[in-house]
Amino acid sequence: MRHFGFERAKSVDDAVRAGAQPEAAFLAGGTSLVDLMKLEVLTPLRVVDVTRLELSRIEPGPDGVVLGALATNTDVAMHPEVRRRLPALSEALLSGASPQLRNVATVGGNLLQRTRCAYFRDLATACNKRTPRSGCDALEGWTRMHAILGTSDQCIAAHPSDMCVALAALEARVRVRGPSGEREIAIGDFHLLPGEHPDREFALLPGELVLSVFVPATPAAARSRYVKVRDRASYAFALVSCAAGLELSGGTIREARVALGGVGTKPWRSPAAERALAGQAPTRDAFRRAAALLLEGAQTRGGNAFKVELAKRTMVRALTLAAEGA
Amino acid sequence: MKITATGQPLLRVDGRAKVTGAARYSAEVQIAGLAYGVLVTSKSARGRILSIETDDAEREPGVLAVITPRNALRLPDPKVPENDRVVQVLQDDRIVYSNQPVALVVAETLEGATHAALLVKVHEEKEPATVRLDDELARAFPHDLQSSAGKQPADQIRGDPARGLREADARLEETYQTPYQTHNPLEPHATTAAWSAPDRLTVYDATQGVFGVRKKLAKMFGLAPANVRVLTKFVGGGFGCKGAPWSHVVLAALAAKQVGRPVKLVLTRPQMFGMVGGRPVTRQRIAAGASKQGKLTVLKHESVSTTSRFDDFLEPAAAISRHQYACENVETRHRLVRLDIATPTYMRAPGESTGSFALESAIDELAHALGLDPLALRLASYAETDPTENKPFSSKSLRCCYQEGARRFGWTSGAPGGSKTRAALSRPRTRDGMLVGIGMATSSYPANFGKAEALARMLPDGSAEVRSGAVDLGGGTYTVMTQVAADAIGLAMDKVRFDLGDTQMPEAPRSGGSQTAASCASAVLLAGRALRDRLVRMAVVDARSPLLGARPDEVLVEDGRLSANGRADTFADVVRRAGGAPVEERSKTGPDEARKKWSMHSFGAQFVEVLVDPDLGHVRVKRLVGVFSGGRILNARTARSQLIGGMVWGIGMALHEHTVYDEKLGRIMTRDLADYHLPTHADVPSIEAYLVEEEDLHVDPAGVKGIGEIGITGTAAAIANAVFNATGKRVRSLPITPDKLL
Repeated sequence: MRHFGFERAKSVDDAVRAGAQPEAAFLAGGTSLVDLMKLEVLTPLRVVDVTRLELSRIEPGPDGVVLGALATNTDVAMHPEVRRRLPALSEALLSGASPQLRNVATVGGNLLQRTRCAYFRDLATACNKRTPRSGCDALEGWTRMHAILGTSDQCIAAHPSDMCVALAALEARVRVRGPSGEREIAIGDFHLLPGEHPDREFALLPGELVLSVFVPATPAAARSRYVKVRDRASYAFALVSCAAGLELSGGTIREARVALGGVGTKPWRSPAAERALAGQAPTRDAFRRAAALLLEGAQTRGGNAFKVELAKRTMVRALTLAAEGA
Repeated sequence: MKITATGQPLLRVDGRAKVTGAARYSAEVQIAGLAYGVLVTSKSARGRILSIETDDAEREPGVLAVITPRNALRLPDPKVPENDRVVQVLQDDRIVYSNQPVALVVAETLEGATHAALLVKVHEEKEPATVRLDDELARAFPHDLQSSAGKQPADQIRGDPARGLREADARLEETYQTPYQTHNPLEPHATTAAWSAPDRLTVYDATQGVFGVRKKLAKMFGLAPANVRVLTKFVGGGFGCKGAPWSHVVLAALAAKQVGRPVKLVLTRPQMFGMVGGRPVTRQRIAAGASKQGKLTVLKHESVSTTSRFDDFLEPAAAISRHQYACENVETRHRLVRLDIATPTYMRAPGESTGSFALESAIDELAHALGLDPLALRLASYAETDPTENKPFSSKSLRCCYQEGARRFGWTSGAPGGSKTRAALSRPRTRDGMLVGIGMATSSYPANFGKAEALARMLPDGSAEVRSGAVDLGGGTYTVMTQVAADAIGLAMDKVRFDLGDTQMPEAPRSGGSQTAASCASAVLLAGRALRDRLVRMAVVDARSPLLGARPDEVLVEDGRLSANGRADTFADVVRRAGGAPVEERSKTGPDEARKKWSMHSFGAQFVEVLVDPDLGHVRVKRLVGVFSGGRILNARTARSQLIGGMVWGIGMALHEHTVYDEKLGRIMTRDLADYHLPTHADVPSIEAYLVEEEDLHVDPAGVKGIGEIGITGTAAAIANAVFNATGKRVRSLPITPDKLL
């Protein structure tokens, strides 16, 4: 681990000021940051501890639930209002990591979770995300855990989070504060595609700190499910996952919300697929057609070709469970 | 000898020390002046070190030395002993696998050394390399088998396999593959080396055998073995990867000599992928045939496995087919392929684990082809004697294991008409739509017995010290040896202190090949009995003993009390009257000529039920039942734990474990426990392990057949067979991941 300066923020303003300094990183649960610092994949000059800020509240309201940035994954997943009104979010959180990690990992940290691409984590390999324009050994390497949607010729690293997949399907909004004030970022805009700059992963500006996440409690959210397929029953990243929510009315789908994990460089949504479901009866065929739309444009590489079919099936399963209700 | 402790499911004598942290593992050794070593490893799979920039690292405060091939102390004898693993210890500039040691930073603190190691810049010249078996298959070559049991030829032919194929009613020819796997004991490899004089070395090492470490270090540093002391008090799992001393052991001693201070070197988890061995890839071709009744007419089993460019390790995967079933026409072959990888090594049941996956899958396929219950086929081809050399088994309770396993699992009611009917017609499903399947397989592992010595010493307070230089890998050696010693001497357990893990003790074999319980218990038993007999003889000739004049064979010994004809004496009094000096006996035992008349194996049977998601391909083991026989069981609790541990690993082998190489870089990419998947609790369902009673009078003086490794044999096949039963899909390449069932 490199030497670094450490300060503990006493207020949000304090944190924003400290975080705006060059090469600063916010420390919350530390499950991702500290791990990557030990590997020297991340080498911040300053670590700003935000754990003492009052940002851990979970506040249900008439339109949805506000999740404090420092609320732990466990607290969010177990919150009765989250379970009742946003079941896919609870399921997604509980399918991630291990209880020990969920007990310290936070909402804000999970939003900013870094990829588990094995090349990103290995200083002996080339990685454009870690070192811009150094190349990407993953492209022709071990791709089983890599993305097939939203990739570029610079990077195929999969987005690792389960929580973010549910938040994407539920159309959450992220509230942040930076040196020039507060703003809200739609979850769909929060994570960036790798494109030519895979090292840029988030829409955050220097010093911007996540304060909270608002998750609208829509009828589709109340009827949402999360399905995760992985190589073992627990403590594994998704091969494919899917968050799906349906609003049903008189035997047809009024509104559908679907997002995929494990296959995209960011949580993957497709308006076309969701539109295709609206007005349809919730049948396997309809789900299957929508799945085909969502997977459109998938680019597989060797060891991840199976993900196309697995993603379709996972999506059909998630939609089927959502249609059946809790 | 009255047996009161042996066999009982007693708690571990070292359990409390372990859960309270009082037990010191090798990485926890603290000695004055200790410095810390951290390795720098190679990026290339093959090549040469051009140069190493050490300035930045050397400038870091607290850094004592950056040892590279340029400045490393030259070893008097860089060659390793015969049959020992070749090591990379900074004596030349060659890179022979990725993640190989290329430099060693020594600093005042672990953190300082860790950071400085990242500042060392190694410039490598890369040469073309391959880690793919297919690339070198054309150059595969035969290699003999080398195991605890001795050497066996690479190839063996019995009978007329061609005729056996012609006579078969059903035939099968398939290829099975098992991947690279890595041991991953919880405890990392750790060595602390301290020189007390230029020719005197003490080493605390996480090893499966202290004497092997001593031999290697003595040879390479040109020391008299007596001048090297190796200690290992607790090991947090070995599974074979701590069997041979690897590079870091030599490097710790080298660094300690070079910096003139004791040095501790603990491998990081990523460094445990490659440098300290793993299970090689095996590709196994099986051709088999059977009669309508399920009698095997032919069995051909050829295994190709991978090794490094510079050392030979052969996974003896086809050996199991030499004795598992009665069959007149058997052909087995072993081939090796050299790749640019680190040398693989023994990994829990080397040969039997991988070989049983192929053989027991093939047997299931034959049964399916014949429409037979797979258990019926196994019974129809039951080997009453070892067909290899027509030797009788010293004991074999496999039939009993089959019966007991089938009964406990409910196999008979679960498999009416055999798997063919089940797979082809209505596949049962659970209420939530999961496919249900059942499968079974045979387990077996050789009963090894190595040369072992022990000493037993009676102290004037009536308690005994018993010692043998074995190693307790965590399986319970301290506990079972205390039990054996207590019964042999005639003492209560709490009056016996058993100690191990030190080259200053009587020599015991490496804890490998499931031989420690058999070998060490035999030595302890003999030493304990000798001590008891000597004390009895001392009593009956002692004018001051109440037992004066009694015949030794009429003296009853219990709980430290000697009695005959209504009169009594005690061990404590016998020793005190003799002057109070401890009374000591030593034993020496090992395999003899008579043992060669027998074929000796532990056996078992495993039955499994799986649930498979028909759409998403996820396999869930619902229930796993194993029934085993292992001769005399020294402790029913620790024995059961060993079996369960093996069976859990079998689940991992079947469904999860895979050391993945980037084939372009020749580098392992799954270098931590997040990416290298072991079964989690959620993957491990109800596991039942049972032992059947068995007496073996030939295997060794203690009557013990090892059970440390048998638990993993057959498990992967049983699961693959159950997956087939559930889905109709036969997966012949491990692990069975969801993509293979889509």
